[in-house]
Amino acid sequence: MVEAIVLTLQLASLTTLILLIVGVPLGFWLARDTGIIASVVSALVALPLVLPPTVLGFYLLIGLGPNGPLAPMLAATGIRTLAFSFPGLVIGSVLFSLPFMVQPARNGFAGVGREAFEAAATLRAGPLDSFFSVALPLARGGVVTGAILSFAHTIGEFGVVLMIGGNIPGETRVLSIAIFDAVEQGDWGAAHQMSAGLLAFAFVVILTTTLIEKRAGGRAR
Amino acid sequence: MNGIDAHFRLKRRGFMLDAKFTAPSSGVTGLFGPSGSGKTTLLRMIAGLERPDKGWLTLDGKVWQDDGRFTRAFRRPVGYVFQDARLFAHLSVAGNLRFALRRAGAKEASTQGDEVVAQFGLGPLLERRIDGLSGGERQRVAIARALLSHPRLLLMDEPLASLDRDAKRDILPYLEALVRRADIPVLYVSHDLDEIERFADHLVLMDQGRVLAAGPMAELAADPELLLARDPDAAALLDAEIIGHDAGYQLTACRVGPHTLLLPGTLGMPGAARRLRVRASDVSLSLARAANTSILNILPCRIEALEPLGAGQVLVVLTLAGTKMRLLSRVTTRSRDALALATGVTVQAQIKGMALVEAAS
Repeated sequence: MVEAIVLTLQLASLTTLILLIVGVPLGFWLARDTGIIASVVSALVALPLVLPPTVLGFYLLIGLGPNGPLAPMLAATGIRTLAFSFPGLVIGSVLFSLPFMVQPARNGFAGVGREAFEAAATLRAGPLDSFFSVALPLARGGVVTGAILSFAHTIGEFGVVLMIGGNIPGETRVLSIAIFDAVEQGDWGAAHQMSAGLLAFAFVVILTTTLIEKRAGGRAR
Repeated sequence: MNGIDAHFRLKRRGFMLDAKFTAPSSGVTGLFGPSGSGKTTLLRMIAGLERPDKGWLTLDGKVWQDDGRFTRAFRRPVGYVFQDARLFAHLSVAGNLRFALRRAGAKEASTQGDEVVAQFGLGPLLERRIDGLSGGERQRVAIARALLSHPRLLLMDEPLASLDRDAKRDILPYLEALVRRADIPVLYVSHDLDEIERFADHLVLMDQGRVLAAGPMAELAADPELLLARDPDAAALLDAEIIGHDAGYQLTACRVGPHTLLLPGTLGMPGAARRLRVRASDVSLSLARAANTSILNILPCRIEALEPLGAGQVLVVLTLAGTKMRLLSRVTTRSRDALALATGVTVQAQIKGMALVEAAS
C-alpha cells in the first residue's frame, strides 16, 4: 500500500510539474488569441473532459505501443514501448489532466486583461518580462487552482491508468488501481483505508481551491 | 526637426482618422476635441499601443515609425498616464514605482525616486495596497510611475476625467507643478477646455479624426476660423507677469507686453507668471478712450477681423497694440455699424473683467 501511495504521489507531482510548464503558457495563449486555430486547440484541450477515459487510454495504448507511430522514435532511444510503464503513465496523465490545468489558468489570464499589458509596455516591459512580472502574478489564483486540480485529478484517475498502465507494483500500480485490486481480492479493510484517505484528500482539495478563488475574486481591482 | 512630427492614418469600422501635426519639444501640447474625435487613438498610436494603417512619427529627429519601421511600445521612451490609472494590483504603491524605476535604466534612479515620491506626496502611501487607494491617490501614483520610467515624452490621456470634484482638487496642484517643471514635452488629451487652457502652451485641435488646427494656445483660442472663438464662452488668453501690488486698493498690477493691467485681489508675488482669461463678452469697444469710466483696464487695439456670429452678434478679433497678442470682443451688429468698425481700425478695448485661468473647480 505504501508503495502505491508513493508511486501515486510521484505520478501526480511529475504530471503537475509538466502541466505547469506546458499548460500555463497554453492557457495564456488561449486567453489572448481569439483566432480559429486557438479555438481548435481549445476544443482539443477540453476533449478529455467528455471522452471516456478508456477511449483516451485505448488510443494511447496503440500510440505508445511497440507498433505505434512513435515506436521508431522510441526505438532510436532504445525503448521498445511506453505502454505499461511509468513514463507512459505520465504521458497519459498529462493529456488527461490538461483541461484541469489549462482552463483555470486561461480564466486567470483572461481576468488580467489588455490594460495591464499596455501599462507594462509603456513602462518598458517586453513581452516575456510582462508575462512573468504582470500576467503570472495577477493570474496566480487561476494557475494555483489549475495545479491543485491537476494534482488531485491525477491521483483520482483510473480508466486511463488501467488501459495504459496496467497493474505492475512499483511501476504502474497507483492508489486507484490498488483499491480496485483490494476489492477484487476481498481485502475490504485495505480498500476502506485507501478510499477514506482519498475521500478526505479530495475534500481538502476542493475546499482549498474554493478558498483560493474566493480570495482572488475579492482582490480583483 | 525638433519636437514631435506625426502623421497617422487609420480606418476602422465607422471611424476614420487622418491626423498630421507637429508639436514643440518642450512645454505642454493640448490635444483637444469632442469625444470620439480621435484624441485618445492618436495618443495610443504615438505610444505604439495602436498600429495605424499608415504612420510616420519622429521625436527630435529620431524616427519611431515610418513606412517600414515600427518601434514597439515597450521600446519607445514614453510615459503614459491612462485615464483609469492602471496600477498593478498585485504590487504595493512602492512596488508599482519600483516596476518603472527598474526598467528605466537610469543611473540616478534611486535619488530620482525619492524626489518624485516627495513631489507627489506619496511618502505615506508607499506601503499601501492599490485597492485601498482613492481615485486621486491612484492617479498621483500613476503619474509618478510614468515619470520614473524616465520618458522622453509624457503622454497624458484625460488624467482628470474619471475623478470626482474633490479628487480633482486634490491632484491639480501636483499636476500644475509637474507641468511647470517638466523638462520633457507633454501631450495632454482632454475634452475639457478649462483644463487645456490651464495647462497647454500649444494646442492641437481635433474633430472627427482630423486635425483642424495646431499652434500656440493663445493664437488658436482667438482664431475666428475655429470653434473655440465662436463658443459663447470664448475667451482670449494673455500671458502676464505680476509686477506689483497696491495694498490700499487691493489691486495687483500685471504686465502684458508694454501694457499694465490691474486685477482685484492678491494674485501672487512680483515676477510670477500668470495666464489671464479674457472673455469676449467682457470686452466692449469704443473709438476714443473714455475719460470718466469705472473700467480700470482700457487697452488700445487694432481690429484684425470681424466675424458674424448670427443673432445680431459679431466677433471682433483684436491685436493688442505693440504686441502680437490677441483679444476677442463680442459686439452687436448695431454697434459695429454705429462705430463703423472695420478691419484696420484702431479701437479702445474696455475690459470689464478677467480671471486667472483655473481648471474646472
